[in-house]
Amino acid sequence: MNDRLDRQALAKRAAQDIPEGWYVNLGIGIPTAIADHVPAEREVIFHSENGILGMGPAPPKGEEQLWLINAGKQHVTLRPGGSFFSHADSFAMIRGGHLDLCVLGALEVAESGDLANWSKSANDTAPAVGGAMDLAVGAKRVWVLMEHTTKEGRSKLVKTCSYPLTAYAAVKRVYTNLAVLDVSARGFELVELQPGVSFDDLQARTDAPVYRLS
Amino acid sequence: MIDKRVRDCAEALAGIEDGAVVLFGGFGMVGHPMMLIDGLIERGTHDITIVCNNAGTGTEGLPRLMELGRVRRIICSFPRTSDVFSRLFAAGKLELEIVPQGTLVERLRAAGAGIGGFYTRTGARTQLAQGKEERILNGEPHVFELPLHGDVALIEAWQADRWGNLTYRQSGRNFNPVMATAAKITVAQAHHIHELGEIDPEAIVTPGIFVDRVVQVPQTGAVA
Repeated sequence: MNDRLDRQALAKRAAQDIPEGWYVNLGIGIPTAIADHVPAEREVIFHSENGILGMGPAPPKGEEQLWLINAGKQHVTLRPGGSFFSHADSFAMIRGGHLDLCVLGALEVAESGDLANWSKSANDTAPAVGGAMDLAVGAKRVWVLMEHTTKEGRSKLVKTCSYPLTAYAAVKRVYTNLAVLDVSARGFELVELQPGVSFDDLQARTDAPVYRLS
Repeated sequence: MIDKRVRDCAEALAGIEDGAVVLFGGFGMVGHPMMLIDGLIERGTHDITIVCNNAGTGTEGLPRLMELGRVRRIICSFPRTSDVFSRLFAAGKLELEIVPQGTLVERLRAAGAGIGGFYTRTGARTQLAQGKEERILNGEPHVFELPLHGDVALIEAWQADRWGNLTYRQSGRNFNPVMATAAKITVAQAHHIHELGEIDPEAIVTPGIFVDRVVQVPQTGAVA
């Protein structure tokens, strides 16, 4: 069983499901790695909250452009055809439903699609939300890439989120080190088990019912 | 002759009073008006409300302003970029209002565009909607958000002319053109000052009507 998350493998798996032509925003953390697994000949246009469409990979060391960073404040490049715009236009793209997909990390995903990914407590010592709430309500699809369980072994797929919500009924699909699951009207539906994982393993480590597609 | 160019930061920041709500452009350090912030520190202004996406990085700029006890309140989406902020906030020395990034920029846009408020799905049914009016529109809960006006906007541009027309550079645009519209006084630090007519009118992002003062950033070569 995959007890630990292989970030690159998971990013690669999610990248397989992104077709040519989609406009995609990748959240900070593991989701950012998805861009490295979309082959260059498949034209997927990456968006960054801070006003970039057509974002390319990190530049070689020494060739960084000081004025060109992504939402995680890392240096990136611009592909031919790329463009720059203000935050107002950037979030019009996000909230206005113009992005085909947003992939985020999460603390918890509920079987209703509720997403918790910005704060661990109502009395957070240093809360920070960034663009997560806008992305979660605005993109046509929200996928989550995350570890299936916490370091303590607690399921991050739950019946009801215990952490403060980022958005309700937002998540459509979850990629974890154990499985790929869709969030449907009845709850978590198994799309595919990761290699070496049995359905019983998955259910035992998921704190909500998992349905098999019939 | 209209000439919005000023000689230095002291002139650029003249009239900013204690208690001012100051909009700071930038996302991380890109498009962030560090020279004007240094000027504001030198000016000695107190009791400032910061409106900025982040709370600065490292120890210079906004963190220094906070460290010096000049800041009462910060309105931002992601303050966790500064250890100085985290320490002062934990010690109860700063008030914080967390605003989702898209709501932050739209509140600024509304202020600049004369809109009295707006409904957004962002934040609906979350703790950031507490105390705000909720309304169901198209079957979905929306949160009512108010415009966010500044007394002063401090922004960073790439090119400017004496009428205050501005362009930006790459991802340095971010909040800057929106904040330029949302304050009583907008001050731009610009890297290149051009003669009137030299900047392609098709390329001007912020028309000079939104800008009151322009001050040039000394060119060290590091920013080009």
